[in-house]
Amino acid sequence: MDFPITLTVNSMSYTRSVEPRLLLSDFLRHELGLTGTHVGCEHGVCGACTVLLDGAPVRSCLLFAVQANGRQVTTVEGLATGPQPEQMHPLQTGFWEAHGLQCGYCTPGILMSIVPFLAENPDPSEAEIREALSGNLCRCTGYQKIVEAVQVGARLMREQSG
Amino acid sequence: MKPAAFDYFAPKSVEEALSLLAEHGYDAKPLAGGQSLVPTMNFRLAQPAVLVDLNGIDDLFFVRETSDGLRIGAMTRQHTVERSPLVQRRAPLIHETMPYIAHPQIRNRGTFGGSLAHADPASELPVLAVILNARMRVQSSRGERWVDAKDFYLGLFATDLQPDELLVEIAIPDLPAHSGWAFDEVARRHGDYAMAGAAATVTLAEDGSIAAARLVYLSVGDYPTEAVRAETALAGEQPTPAAIRAAAETAAAQDIDPSGDIHASAGYRRHLAKVLAERVLSRAVERAKEK
Repeated sequence: MDFPITLTVNSMSYTRSVEPRLLLSDFLRHELGLTGTHVGCEHGVCGACTVLLDGAPVRSCLLFAVQANGRQVTTVEGLATGPQPEQMHPLQTGFWEAHGLQCGYCTPGILMSIVPFLAENPDPSEAEIREALSGNLCRCTGYQKIVEAVQVGARLMREQSG
Repeated sequence: MKPAAFDYFAPKSVEEALSLLAEHGYDAKPLAGGQSLVPTMNFRLAQPAVLVDLNGIDDLFFVRETSDGLRIGAMTRQHTVERSPLVQRRAPLIHETMPYIAHPQIRNRGTFGGSLAHADPASELPVLAVILNARMRVQSSRGERWVDAKDFYLGLFATDLQPDELLVEIAIPDLPAHSGWAFDEVARRHGDYAMAGAAATVTLAEDGSIAAARLVYLSVGDYPTEAVRAETALAGEQPTPAAIRAAAETAAAQDIDPSGDIHASAGYRRHLAKVLAERVLSRAVERAKEK
């Protein structure tokens, strides 16, 4: 049983025919070739698959692609405005400047979790940042540089918005 | 791994959903937030032949107040409940507890009714339903019935819901006047499944003594566990630190029979039960005095 779906991903419209059991994470990666969204646990705890659904961070491994019909999805590929370093999202710049990643596997999920967090809380304390990160697991960094990266990114975003 | 294949339906009305559940019976599972069901499907612990997606049924998403409390639609997102000024005002215990539930990414999809119907022993909302004397509105193509929360939880992941039934709405009555409340839980990382958690409500009489105390735990048994002996011990007592400590010890020693697992030993759960009881009872008393 294949279902036709039409959805917007990073402001581009896509129409595909999918099996109901196809997870949104696998749809993004395999159907659309957007492999920035990573798969870590497939049960919602690691956060590597986090994307925005109509602007809200969700676990793409716990959604079926058919459920995204008619919706707007934003993935990590949708953050930068282009391929040049100066076109990175300020949060990405923060990760670059503060060395906020090593293997980078958790990073897209963290970026997609923190972008909406900073939209609501543009000047967070360290404790608030650590709590906001608690839904994303990182095996490499011990989180310290991730916290600093968020602080740098938040500062850049505050400066940009004036 | 990936989920097994299933037939998928996305009804637009409760009636349509109930008709699908009546037709497919045990073969069908309703899909609410999916934050508990889809993990089990991804691991093939669950392989429903039919999935009835409830996310398109607008009528199931609401938070309303009535003269005596709140009515919450079963599909209301946990995020909505967390941010609702109505919930903050009329059910402050729910408002206090919502941030403990998993993480914002989970709460953006997870639903109030879905969590209640899934009945995970480590989940917070069933405990709140029991302690707040919530009433569950259950519908099927055969009709409608209301179930008191205390009669709803029957065993491990087991509720009173029949395969053709849906939980559609939850009624939360107000706490009596001069009541305080509190919730707390202990997890290794904020948002993890708690090793133990407790909710308390305390209602004070005119003379400052405890007219009624309730204490309900999560994660110390197969379903929400009420500390009945502790509650009885507190009734009529002045809410002194000594009385609260004695009740907490009674609760931990006599009212629960926790198991050990890889997350916590039985002994540690029992210890947490005592600590949490003292904390939530004390805080509930403080709040009751403010009312």
